[in-house]
Amino acid sequence: MAQIHSPLPGTFYRASAPDKPPFKADGDAVAVGDVIGLIEVMKSFHEVKSEVAGTNIRFETDNEEPVMAGAVLAQVD
Amino acid sequence: MLRKLLVANRGEIAVRVIRAARDLGIATVAVHSDADRDSLHVQIAGEAVHIGPPAAKKSYLNVASILKAATDTGCDSVHPGYGFLAENAGFADACAAAGLVFVGPSGDAIRTMGDKVAARSAAHAAGVPVVPGSLGRVAGIDAARHVLIDTGFPVMIKAAAGGGGRGIRIANDLAGFEAAFPQAAAEALAAFGDGGLYMEKVIARARHIEVQVLGDGRDAVHCFERECSLQRRRQKVWEEAPSRALPGRVRDELCSSAVRLARAVGYSGAGTVEYLFDDESSRFYFIEMNTRIQVEHPVTEMITGIDLVAEMLRIAGGEPLRLRQSDIAVRGHAIEVRLNAEDPSRDFAPFPGTVTALRVPGGPGVRFDSMLYAGYTVPPFYDSLLAKLVVHAETREAAITRLVRALSETRIEGLRTTKPLFLALAGDPAVQANAVHTRWLEGWLETHAARLVPEPEP
Repeated sequence: MAQIHSPLPGTFYRASAPDKPPFKADGDAVAVGDVIGLIEVMKSFHEVKSEVAGTNIRFETDNEEPVMAGAVLAQVD
Repeated sequence: MLRKLLVANRGEIAVRVIRAARDLGIATVAVHSDADRDSLHVQIAGEAVHIGPPAAKKSYLNVASILKAATDTGCDSVHPGYGFLAENAGFADACAAAGLVFVGPSGDAIRTMGDKVAARSAAHAAGVPVVPGSLGRVAGIDAARHVLIDTGFPVMIKAAAGGGGRGIRIANDLAGFEAAFPQAAAEALAAFGDGGLYMEKVIARARHIEVQVLGDGRDAVHCFERECSLQRRRQKVWEEAPSRALPGRVRDELCSSAVRLARAVGYSGAGTVEYLFDDESSRFYFIEMNTRIQVEHPVTEMITGIDLVAEMLRIAGGEPLRLRQSDIAVRGHAIEVRLNAEDPSRDFAPFPGTVTALRVPGGPGVRFDSMLYAGYTVPPFYDSLLAKLVVHAETREAAITRLVRALSETRIEGLRTTKPLFLALAGDPAVQANAVHTRWLEGWLETHAARLVPEPEP
């Protein structure tokens, strides 16, 4: 099992826009470099790319939730 | 006079408005999100009300929470600051419906100026020069081809319902125009639910010059102009007043055109009429009117001695304009720089965090508008403005010298800030000669940004 952490403090988004599907649905497989969400920091948006590969992603942080740097966003098997 | 004011904002502008209200003897109520419990505006207001979680749309944009806070605390008025709900006509209407005085213009004035096409038409009707283009929406591609006679190329095709740089296409020739026009209509319909388009000539090299106005709904005056040509991604970083670039006769025409527009829309409160100014032709063109107090208002305060926020509060309290045009004069030169929590050497990456130590500049002609204190943690959820350093001196040259002096006194430890940018700009010959335009800074940054690292502390 591995964790994907937030690189920055800010607000976490699971999709590129409110009317778009999430980058990853619960249970999806993840490859290194896959975008799993966005962090909004002071009105600028930064992609969160997975540094691990795995299956069955489970999000620990909800869409639009505030996060601190280093917070666990998701786990993968 | 207003009795008790809710300040529907955060950061330095909430601090600024609370100070102005207290100076007038008006009781104050701050509002704050979970992320702002320890903020300076909460500490210095008479009362503070929690209005929601960190996300702005659940707190500082939450109209129901803000109105409830105002009525629960017995306020008679609401000041929106800038950003958030400041130019939301529905919020102004909702305040009025709740029996609260909205410190700003009417919802209808906000609505007219917020609609780009309506604002352009109002300006034209008031005899304010607008950028050559269509007078309103263009009916179709045949009508659009006729507008090209006035604009030439390149031409901007803009969504009538767009804004903030969205919904704009530029065509460089007729073939490009024929292709872009139907695409722009389809995109505008998809993005804004409104396929309406209008057209404007592209003014390639221009300065950004804006006029501060004050109105009481019946009459209006101007407080001269500001020049804000140093911009990055359409965000102003350095503002000054007066503009060194304007010939005197043009200044008179520019400022009186802004007053005509304010009078024509029955403007109440502080507002800013923004223009592009073309050095070569000495012509100016209306871009838009901002129906709020602006970030850079202190440069105008420094050269005129007028407290613009206090005047807004007096007008909202029902007083007529206290100032006649002949009472308002310019003295000296003022410059403001925006110290943001951003690293200019790394593409202005945001840098929230804790201020471990703080040294604020002072002395003659120096003003530091900020919400910072030592130990304050800058949250990541809102904009990156930390402080506005404003200097005033007899001449522009002396103001730049004073700016460098004040910047060198300023220490904001624990964060990266845009201070190195301003030290470099103050030393640049083009800035010293004011030989700049709105795209100048972006070009300059391509060759200078990597060197904008914090200087070693002595």
